[in-house]
Amino acid sequence: MLNFHPEAMSRRHFLSHMAMGSATAMGATHFLSHLQANAAEVKSNQKACILIWLGGGPPTIDMWDLKPKSKNGGEFKPVSTKGDLQISEQLPEIAKVMDKLSVVRSMSTREADHARGTYYMRSSYVPNPTVVHPSFGSVVSYEMAPKRKELEIPAFISVGGGSMSPGFLGMTHAPFVVDRQGRIQNASMEGMDAQRLNQRLQMLTSIENNFIRSNRGEAGQAHKEVYTKAVNLMTSSQMKAFKYDEEPAEIRDMYGRHDFGDSLIMARRLVEIGVPFIEVQFPGGWDLHDDVFGRLKNTNLPRLDSGIAGLTRDLEQRGMLDNVTIVCMGEFGRTPRINQTVGRDHWATSWSILVGGGGLKGGQAIGATDDDGVRIISESYLPGDIWATVAHALRIPLNTVHTSKRGRPMPLANGGQPIKGLIG
Amino acid sequence: MALVLRARSTGIVEKQAVGWRFLLAGVIVLWMLVSWALSAAAAPPQTDFSTGLSDRVVQFIDQQIQQGWEDNEVVPSPVASDGEWIRRVYLDVVGHIPPAKKVQDFIDDKSPEKRSKLIDELLNDPNYVRNFTEVWTNVLIGRNTPDKTSRVGMRKFLRESFARNRPWNEMVYDLLTAEGHFEENGAVNFVLAQLAGNINSEEYHVEATANTARIFLGMQVQCTQCHNHPFNEWKQNQFWEFNAFFRQARRQDHEKYDPQSGRMVDDYSELVYRDFTGPVYFENRGGLIQVAYPTYLGNEVDRDAADRREELAKLICHTDPQSQLARAMVNRVWGHFMGYGFTRPIDDMGPHNPESHPEVVDRLTEEFIAHKYDLKKLMRWICNTQAYNLTSQFNPKNDIDNPAAGEVPLFSHMYVKTMQAEQLYDSLMIATSADGAGGQLSGSEQERERWMRDFLRIFGGNDDEEPTLFSGSIPQALLMMNGALVQKAISSDSGSYVRTVLADPRYRNDTARINALFLAALGRPAEKTELAQLQRVMRADRDPVRAYQDLYWALLNSNEFIVNH
Repeated sequence: MLNFHPEAMSRRHFLSHMAMGSATAMGATHFLSHLQANAAEVKSNQKACILIWLGGGPPTIDMWDLKPKSKNGGEFKPVSTKGDLQISEQLPEIAKVMDKLSVVRSMSTREADHARGTYYMRSSYVPNPTVVHPSFGSVVSYEMAPKRKELEIPAFISVGGGSMSPGFLGMTHAPFVVDRQGRIQNASMEGMDAQRLNQRLQMLTSIENNFIRSNRGEAGQAHKEVYTKAVNLMTSSQMKAFKYDEEPAEIRDMYGRHDFGDSLIMARRLVEIGVPFIEVQFPGGWDLHDDVFGRLKNTNLPRLDSGIAGLTRDLEQRGMLDNVTIVCMGEFGRTPRINQTVGRDHWATSWSILVGGGGLKGGQAIGATDDDGVRIISESYLPGDIWATVAHALRIPLNTVHTSKRGRPMPLANGGQPIKGLIG
Repeated sequence: MALVLRARSTGIVEKQAVGWRFLLAGVIVLWMLVSWALSAAAAPPQTDFSTGLSDRVVQFIDQQIQQGWEDNEVVPSPVASDGEWIRRVYLDVVGHIPPAKKVQDFIDDKSPEKRSKLIDELLNDPNYVRNFTEVWTNVLIGRNTPDKTSRVGMRKFLRESFARNRPWNEMVYDLLTAEGHFEENGAVNFVLAQLAGNINSEEYHVEATANTARIFLGMQVQCTQCHNHPFNEWKQNQFWEFNAFFRQARRQDHEKYDPQSGRMVDDYSELVYRDFTGPVYFENRGGLIQVAYPTYLGNEVDRDAADRREELAKLICHTDPQSQLARAMVNRVWGHFMGYGFTRPIDDMGPHNPESHPEVVDRLTEEFIAHKYDLKKLMRWICNTQAYNLTSQFNPKNDIDNPAAGEVPLFSHMYVKTMQAEQLYDSLMIATSADGAGGQLSGSEQERERWMRDFLRIFGGNDDEEPTLFSGSIPQALLMMNGALVQKAISSDSGSYVRTVLADPRYRNDTARINALFLAALGRPAEKTELAQLQRVMRADRDPVRAYQDLYWALLNSNEFIVNH
């Protein structure tokens, strides 16, 4: 009855044959042996973006755009870097790779509320009661996932959670959330009896096909496709990408051996199997209304420093840096004025974002603020300009337009333009 | 069906008449035949289907819907089997699948009125109240409760209102005018959920404006905040005139000291009156500042009215000559049961977006008002229509009736809906408890909330989705496949459904046991082809209990389980 050789069959084939109802003849043992057959292929030439999200709003005046001459300047001094700009003395490792990275110092984004700012920075659109806009990771998934046929896991991964909705692009392009250990809820094959899973899936296939055959519209088929993807994911060898602890000791050292660094290792491994967009939530808050200098110096900046420097070096060594764009930002900056509790409050008028890799020009400061950091004295930029720059690096055409559920055209990155000084 | 047969026989009669003219030249006979044919064609189509209820409103709807089939040359699908229909009406009215025993009893019931009887029974079931409380809480304040808004309060208001079957216009009157503490007067939560930010910002009342128009009146006015609407007749000034009604509403949030954290935390919120009398100022596209006074669809109210929300509520709920409140609700409730409303989306009505069946909307609106906005009456009419009783299967003569592909719905077959998170959870409870009646349904509210949070986080909880779309995600599939809830559901411990079936002497052989599981999950027995395939897999397992558990796993994970068809 079998006219094919199970040994030569990939797992994908296994599933598709199962869909035709002939898989009952195939032993469950084959099912598992094929899981190992397609070892993850490492590819260094695929375009991708890693977003490092500093939730709460980072005080960029203490990080990327210091004001030593002003009373707003705070406790940290600027130091020279390997690029043509100075950054905070608290980021010494990043300073050493600053020729690869640039800072946009003239962000002006008007939304200084956490939720609204997050929405705006991630989608390029201000919140609007008529429509839910996708975050840019969902846009990348929508544009690039169909071209990454070999990818068996979702194209938009969020490490550490807390991301936003895929909006009108639909749940297929939702951020796929994993925790810091790279675990996906309910997806572990550990302790699962493969033969039993196989039997369950055969029965499921039989019931699902019967429903699809009964001719009641598309929902039955759509459901089956999502389940096929879920099983693909559970059994995919690409799941190994989440196992950051399999990296050699020297690589782990390079990233600083902390949870943030580990998450970045995971991001790099995901890029290697073809995931085009990964966001890494910085573990720890940036909403520094009090004790801003102490908390930066002791908690946030040392980890940010070793993590980002490690990622930059690692990508460089592997020849991946020109293909992987790094963006590091939060929902807004923080007030130049230092408040009574030695903190800084919300500020969207003039702040900075770190951008690098992806073939963009490194070592530069784009735009400028005045000596007190309160006003922009150059051209200013919106989140759409940052995402248009990323789109440029990922080769997503800038004239791409998506359509909301109510039929309204939504230009990519809200019509933003790539920042000239970065793409030159 | 009868309708189409008649059309065909009319054609034959005409052909015969042509022959007779040549043979007999019987002009009189011809005239008689033609007039008979014409009168037959002109007579209102008769329905041979009935749920057992004889009601002129239902008859009128049936005739109108049939007319649509005729005009579009589609043949309706047959009436749904009892198993298919009882599962549907349970999900739509009480929010969960029927217990297996109810399915069997219903199939065995020979009474010709059994469908209309069941509709009435379900409309009086306590879970009717529970279901519509959930549905409307989600519509009014969203699935993710906004900050400083009380879901508990919102539910309490809705539960009490649905339990007493309060007239819809009275409920909306309360929702629009309520003031006070968000748990003591739960009705305040609709407006409260729309208010955030700085009260002096012109944005403060924008969401309340837009969502009142959208939810209660079926009108999309959001875009007119900034410019005249490109499609509908709303102008920018109308948006701000409508907005002016809400300007006296203000949220007042109260904090309390939390000794544990040493910080101030949210205590409670109130919706309070704020003194505001002036006009609203807005900027038009030309940059000119304009003024707007409270006006609803051309009805300007006293500019110095003490309570503007009350004036608005009177207009909307009692004196609107266009009865837009009733019309919008008719569209929404029809959409709830049929999968599609008379407009798409259901909350965008107006001349720019013509209704698919305006005569039906007119009549239902008229009757809804004449019956004092009685929601149960409205639902009863809809559930007793022929359209609601058809199968969801397409046939070759109605495959153009596919709104998912962008066509105007003709309601010549039922449209498949995906279960909402709440329906899915409650249905799992029903399917897996020993007595098949969901003993836990009311018991473990906390567990239900926790699962719902998990499910919605990965589901997105996107309120914009049409119910007919399957928008499930991989994490959702993983939760169903491997999550604790389904693991528990297929357990063979005492108190489980699997155990009950295996222990019951009435189910003597494999086929009977398999069918018992099918009936509980899908409301139907297994088909022959399925049975053969399933038994082959089940025999491969040496442990028969495990094999049944795995079958139940497959049933609960199937596309057929998660859809309402």
